[in-house]
Amino acid sequence: MPSYKHLIFGALILGAISVSYPAAAPCAPVPDSVTLNQSGKQFKPFSFNHAKHIQLIRECSDCHHHTTGTLVLDPNCARCHQNSSATAVVSCKGCHSATPFSPETIAAKAAQKQSYHLDMMGLKGAMHHNCIGCHSKRGAGPVGCQDCHPRSKQGDAFYSAARKGAKPAHAKEH
Amino acid sequence: MKRRNFLKACLIGGATITLGKTNKGWASGSFEGYPDAMGVLVDTTRCIGCRSCEAACNKEQGLPEPDTSFDDKSVFEEPRRPTAKAYTVVNEYEKKAPGGPVYRKMQCNHCNEPACLTSCFVNAYTKTKEGAVIYNSKVCVGCRNCMIACPFNVPGYDYESVTNPIVKKCILCYDTRLKVGRPPACVDICPQEALTFGHRADLIKMAHERIRATPDRYYDHVYGEKEVGGTSWLYLARTDFEKVGFDTTLNNEPIISNVKEFLGMVPMVLSIWPALFSGIHLLSKKEQHDEEGHDTESTQEDR
Repeated sequence: MPSYKHLIFGALILGAISVSYPAAAPCAPVPDSVTLNQSGKQFKPFSFNHAKHIQLIRECSDCHHHTTGTLVLDPNCARCHQNSSATAVVSCKGCHSATPFSPETIAAKAAQKQSYHLDMMGLKGAMHHNCIGCHSKRGAGPVGCQDCHPRSKQGDAFYSAARKGAKPAHAKEH
Repeated sequence: MKRRNFLKACLIGGATITLGKTNKGWASGSFEGYPDAMGVLVDTTRCIGCRSCEAACNKEQGLPEPDTSFDDKSVFEEPRRPTAKAYTVVNEYEKKAPGGPVYRKMQCNHCNEPACLTSCFVNAYTKTKEGAVIYNSKVCVGCRNCMIACPFNVPGYDYESVTNPIVKKCILCYDTRLKVGRPPACVDICPQEALTFGHRADLIKMAHERIRATPDRYYDHVYGEKEVGGTSWLYLARTDFEKVGFDTTLNNEPIISNVKEFLGMVPMVLSIWPALFSGIHLLSKKEQHDEEGHDTESTQEDR
């Protein structure tokens, strides 16, 4: 059971970004490469080629939505953020919580019921939606789980991978 | 006091007490769930059918190894339902739809007024203040009324043990997680955040807000908000829920409302009828005796 807790913990901080930005720097250094899924247990950490994505896409806000690059375009966001400037923190984890459903996060949400952005995705969800969403839309880039992060031995056991191809008899059970 | 007067008084008194109680039961309004109850919002438009939730549930609840790997997508060929070995299953619907298939996770929906709990005559089920419907195998006698009562066909029966067969279903990870405020294992593992854990009341607002903000993405209904009196698990879908495996014929009334009147009668029948009929029997005997004998005055009173 303890190892499983680690797995969950690892999964929660999947996508944690290795590069730490200087706190008050007006212009953060742009990393060429970022190690994602650093504490992943079921799936191994992997290197995300930031430089290649910058070359390919050229528009920062495609991924970093309203925090850098071309600012707010979405009419729904523009209602409030028309004149918002670029934010100091642009890394995903700066806003998207690695533990979106922990008792602490839920208590914090309950304390600020007026906030509009209560339904903000956690880090893991945000990264998967951002990466896979764009890859499928453009028909380019990996979309399968192990295309980005290969599975560890622990992960194989977790998904009972050894039993692949055995009889799928679930439907007959009652 | 004469014996017949005593009997009469007993009957009238007993009837008043029992009927009074029963009427109160009938009049009670619907229970809308504990105020701080937690829940899970399932956004089926986000689900990719990876079955990670099934794997997480299997490990968290210490269930037996599955028949086939959790990577195996061939399980989608036939719709499945939760069993004693798999408290949650993901099914695939709308396989050939232009927007791609729709995946839907199924498990116990943790009703506000659970039919399983209502149907259980040994009180094996409890709706906890955190929102989970949990089950006590120690008192269960294995009658399986709960399996028949459940409007979602959820509880599974474990036939493995001959001496102690037990009913098994999702308990919202109550023992290991929910009790201490942590989300169930399936929510933690979901890569797409198709599952959102939070206070049920907040999740309902969140679900309606998602529909409002992106109306093209959703069918305008939150399944589980009102069905059978409301459930802790809530669902969003892009199409009519009927098309993605939901029972849309269920009423908003909790199942208990269908049987409340009948159940309210049970104590009355059980407690009053024996006393009533034995009373009538005794009185008629007494009357016969009186008619044969002396006390004509009070016999007239009785008539």
